[in-house]
Amino acid sequence: MSKRPFERSVRQLRFRETRHLLLTTLPGAFWIVLFLVLPSLYLVSMAFLTNGTYGQPSLPLTFDAFRQLAGFGFLGWSPGNLYTLLRSLWQTVVATALVVVIAYPIAYYITLCRQSLRPIMLLLVVVPSWTNQVIRAFGWMNLLAPDTPLSNLAQSLGLIAPHMGLFPSSFAVTLGLIYNFLPFMVLPLYAAFEKLDTTLVEAARDLYASPLKAFWVAVFPQTLPGLLAGIVLVAVPAFGMYVVPELLGGGRSLMIGNLVASQFAGGSNWPYGAAASLLMLVATLLGIFLLRRLGRRAGGGEEVVI
Amino acid sequence: MKRGITETLANESTARKASSITLEGVEKSFSRDAIALDGVDLTIKAGEFFTLLGPSGCGKTTLLRILAGLDTPNAGVVSIGGVDVTAVPPHKRSVNTVFQSYALFPHLSVEDNIGFGLKMQGVDKAERTRRVREMAEFIKLSPLLSRRIHQLSGGQRQRIALARALVCEPDVLLLDEPLSALDAGLRGELQVELQRIQRRLGMTFVFVTHDQQEAMVMSDRIAVLNDGKIQQLDTPRAVFERPANAFVARFMGHSNLLEIKRRGADRLDTAIGPLTLPAEGEHMNDGDLVLIRPETIELGDDALGQPNRFDATVVESFYRGSHFEYRLQVEDVALTAFSSNQGQKLFAADDRVPISISPSDLMTVRGEGG
Repeated sequence: MSKRPFERSVRQLRFRETRHLLLTTLPGAFWIVLFLVLPSLYLVSMAFLTNGTYGQPSLPLTFDAFRQLAGFGFLGWSPGNLYTLLRSLWQTVVATALVVVIAYPIAYYITLCRQSLRPIMLLLVVVPSWTNQVIRAFGWMNLLAPDTPLSNLAQSLGLIAPHMGLFPSSFAVTLGLIYNFLPFMVLPLYAAFEKLDTTLVEAARDLYASPLKAFWVAVFPQTLPGLLAGIVLVAVPAFGMYVVPELLGGGRSLMIGNLVASQFAGGSNWPYGAAASLLMLVATLLGIFLLRRLGRRAGGGEEVVI
Repeated sequence: MKRGITETLANESTARKASSITLEGVEKSFSRDAIALDGVDLTIKAGEFFTLLGPSGCGKTTLLRILAGLDTPNAGVVSIGGVDVTAVPPHKRSVNTVFQSYALFPHLSVEDNIGFGLKMQGVDKAERTRRVREMAEFIKLSPLLSRRIHQLSGGQRQRIALARALVCEPDVLLLDEPLSALDAGLRGELQVELQRIQRRLGMTFVFVTHDQQEAMVMSDRIAVLNDGKIQQLDTPRAVFERPANAFVARFMGHSNLLEIKRRGADRLDTAIGPLTLPAEGEHMNDGDLVLIRPETIELGDDALGQPNRFDATVVESFYRGSHFEYRLQVEDVALTAFSSNQGQKLFAADDRVPISISPSDLMTVRGEGG
């Protein structure tokens, strides 16, 4: 007899728990479905539609967009899109690598500064990114244009032909990407450096490691989570970058972001654009997957969270 | 080739190399008002279990770091095994440290952690594996070798940190409060084990702790530090029973220190009354204090008819198992007394109890000022 009220209270508790769970997760789930899942499904379905006569997506469902993306056109196969994809990957890898090389010492240097100075230093790193991307790109265009000090210097060193500028070029694109994404690498690296356990460095030194070896054994692994987070924050948006290659590449160093943009705007071939952005998405996910594997191996089985 | 740990153990007659340590006028300050070491002169004998004891901020850890080469003294000379190592960087000293936080490398396995020092010294892989296995056997870690650090308990990490340092067979092993993070039972066990390992290896151990019990249990000699100066350097028994000054006495847990009001030939006037001292007399200075160790106070019937007899009131009494602890009041002075538990009655608060202190148990110590 005394079991019944107990059972009822358990059921009541369970109901309350479920309700609590639903109430706390539903708003977030709703948000994600509305603004991520549904648009993504729309984009995916778009990629399988046919481009209509007046540039409107229409039925039937085909693989036309993907064939076009793979380079098969009216005139047979052309490697143009493949080049764009490879160029995007190459630009991303080079820019990200250089950002790492530049940001690592900056982040370390900031942690060495006086406590009161550090927020100011971080602010100096971040402030440029508050200016509009387009305006910053125009700034670089002026700096790298023909007959500017930088271009003249490059000419006198024989790096570029006479009366040419450093802009437009793929060099300018790389520079623009580095400039754009540096803060996104400095901040997570700084966070990693700030909580660095220096006794590990001392332990390595005590156990006969030279300063350089101690860095590799005791400092680098500790900054790895910050480094990987920075790589994702830099590489993913850099891969899809539109403004920088458009303005600093001068229509010659196009990246995949420009391909997508041109299909949705100028060319008005939405299925083609959707297919290209799907390709971007797949490439990005693949990259993140590889980074995670790499991080896990370097982190010694410990989850290096991205 | 260096002899392995087990060979050493099997062959105890063979003398292992162990190094003495000499510090001369070592000074270290981190800023103008943060003086960590204020002119330390010290000789640690080869093969000795030596403890640096003191409260936090007394400079004991700084001294250890200077021995490891992790800090450089502002002045003075550090020699290990007769060689001046003051300017030698840590990775070129045959000195290894067991860190307070253990400082194990989280991304390496237990085996790689233990073998790290050997790898850095360029010991080849086969030899390294052999010595790591041997060490793991010695320190009872063998089943854990393939584990990751984050899978281990505090006690296991402590052993690995010890193994990682010992396997390098340094001339000197430094231990920075290695047991402070462990619970009492494990701590006692490891105290005994550390002492056993040190005796068997004959290595010079320099141990840092703030726990006077731990220091007394383990050490051959103890240096008590305060304010960057050595207050007393002696055997555990001497430090405990004949503290050099009031600081050492208080730090060793002796709370009964009485001011001397007036002194005669063999009698002193104190706040609790006149006290008779040992006949041989002591060299005394102004500001000296009389030390009464709690366990030397006789209570109850034992006190009757003895010299230095007083009437005390029990303020509080505590049953501590092996002994009773009393907070007493004599005149206006608070005294602590320990009475070993031999089945006698425990006095209660407000009991009037006769007490006595044998003159031979009394001594004077220099006051804080001296």
